[in-house]
Amino acid sequence: MQVRHKISGGDFARAGNVASAVKKILRQLNIEHSVSKRIVIALYEGEVNVVAHAYSGVIEVDIDEEKIETKITDKGPGILDIEQAMEEGFSTATPQVREMGFGAGMGLANMKKNSDSMKISSIPGEGTIVELVTYLKPHA
Amino acid sequence: MHDKNQNRDFHHALTVHNDLCIGCTHCMTVCPTQAIRVRNGKAIITANRCVDCGECYKACPVSAIVVEQDDLEMIFKFPVRVILIPSVLIGQFPKKIMTSSIYNALKEIGFTHIYEVENTVDMVLEAGRQYMHEQKERPMISSYCPAIVRLIQVKYPSLIGNIMKVNPPIDMSAMYYREKLKMSGIPEDQIGLFYATPCAAKIAAVKSPVGEIESAVTGVININFLYNRILKFLQRKYTESKPPETDDLLSSRGILWSLTRGEVIHSNGRALAIDGIKNVNEFLENIENEKLDQIDFLELRACDESCAGGILISGNRFLTVERLKNRAEEYKAREDDKNRKLTDGFLNINEHGFLGDIGPRPMAKLDEDFSAALKKLERQRRIMCFLPGFDCGGCGAPDCQTLSEDIVQGNGQISQCIFMQHQMIKQNVLSQSQAVRITDKIWGEGRLEKNCNKLGAEDENN
Ligand SMILES: Nc1ncnc2c1ncn2[C@@H]1O[C@H](COP(=O)(O)OP(=O)(O)O)[C@@H](O)[C@H]1O
Ligand code: SF4
Ligand code: SF4
Ligand SMILES: [Mg+2]
Repeated sequence: MQVRHKISGGDFARAGNVASAVKKILRQLNIEHSVSKRIVIALYEGEVNVVAHAYSGVIEVDIDEEKIETKITDKGPGILDIEQAMEEGFSTATPQVREMGFGAGMGLANMKKNSDSMKISSIPGEGTIVELVTYLKPHA
Repeated sequence: MHDKNQNRDFHHALTVHNDLCIGCTHCMTVCPTQAIRVRNGKAIITANRCVDCGECYKACPVSAIVVEQDDLEMIFKFPVRVILIPSVLIGQFPKKIMTSSIYNALKEIGFTHIYEVENTVDMVLEAGRQYMHEQKERPMISSYCPAIVRLIQVKYPSLIGNIMKVNPPIDMSAMYYREKLKMSGIPEDQIGLFYATPCAAKIAAVKSPVGEIESAVTGVININFLYNRILKFLQRKYTESKPPETDDLLSSRGILWSLTRGEVIHSNGRALAIDGIKNVNEFLENIENEKLDQIDFLELRACDESCAGGILISGNRFLTVERLKNRAEEYKAREDDKNRKLTDGFLNINEHGFLGDIGPRPMAKLDEDFSAALKKLERQRRIMCFLPGFDCGGCGAPDCQTLSEDIVQGNGQISQCIFMQHQMIKQNVLSQSQAVRITDKIWGEGRLEKNCNKLGAEDENN
């Protein structure tokens, strides 16, 4: 099953809405709390990144019996150095964004921590795609 | 094991009086857990979704939702008749009425021993501190309001581990006074311990406690009923007899406990107090897990202004809060306020302080089996593509999404929606007479006939 949500960059008041909507779906599916918590945290961080750093984006969540795949595609500046972006504490967030309580530089690292696999591809000047997979059962 | 509470039937103190119910949907739309449907023109409460918050009771325009209570006559089966009164009972009376007069009235009504529920709050505090120290889960959510505990069980089962499993003051006090009276030589079967309740949630909690084997409370008497009785006694002259048994343990902490922030003021860490079940729902629904982790303590209460706004409180809730705050100030000024607490050892924190297991009863779950749940979810979302999203209640369910859930659970059909009927008639897949039959089944025959007795109509007062 697929769930699809659009997000607009800069709209901080709505940041988190997609994560909340997906949280409700995971509740309907009775997914174990420890698993759904990880999914929602990772998704929230990805959502906030589009709001904070890109112009617009789409989140697609694919659910099957085994796993939950999240694909976050955005149009935006892209990431020049992915390795550096992944570092805890690295952030290019503007002072205004920081003022709003975002931009601690932990987002990407948290997404990695809270998913079973994470893939980032980015074309500077065009946009970024982040793909996350979380297995419902512990996976070898 | 994990779902052990799920199939147990939950006691609810609220019931719909079918003869009075006019099937108006007011209750259905306000219920925070979508527990109400209309069938045959009458509201029906689904037991495993209801959390006893009383929103439906407040919303009913014809008082068709009633709160059960034990018969007052029942108290006379016991030679020793204790009434435990919460501070919000006294808070309803104007200041000029002395507490002792209220106590005397309660004695006239038939009680032999009168104690305040909040006499044990310092024990609750101590148990809470111990619990916070031992359990690292954050935030800890107060177990004080039973409607909130139930809301978490049915709607936010992932937060069950965050409930602070400490006995609330009513249970601590019931155990304490029962023990104390027993130790004074009164046989247990001669002690009747009654609780003057401000709400339906507390009744349900006494009748089917979560996380506790059995309540020490014998029965419940509704505060509004007692309030009227007390008023009657205060209005007539009566010869003052021997004052009832009581003790003098109430502190400013106890007076404030049941009001909003009554618990939070004792918290050392980061704590929030939220009252009103709508606010609580919105908060729990939208806060990110991460941000929630950074809060140490949550005091969540179902009623606006907490227990001063309980559905059985007749007095104005804002005035009740004001009076209690003034009363607390007076107590605080007393030298012994800090030392007003139990010291006699009849209550032991390790033995009496904590609640047992609280199980989840997730209402959102579409199926036990994951692939079945996934199929139902897909179907439910497809059905939502067709329903108009008006949330009008015309189908007998509170909103379109709930109807779609009912349908996939086999408890409803898409043709219940009056706008779907319109579409289906246009497409020749439903006949007019079928549509009429479906709608009559929901609203009852005759419900849609002309009737001028409703609010705003020609004969609204008849
Ligand atoms: N979707 C994105 N588009 C462009 N840049 C991004 C995107 N996501 C992350 N980045 C870059 O990676 C950095 C680190 O991201 P993150 O770890 O989430 O920290 P933060 O968002 O707090 O800055 C960001 O400051 C930004 O420069
Ligand atoms: S008491 Fe609350 S939860 Fe129960 S049916 Fe009424 S509004 Fe719904
Ligand atoms: S806030 Fe108080 S009166 Fe209201 S439901 Fe909770 S315990 Fe009962
Ligand atoms: Mg980020």
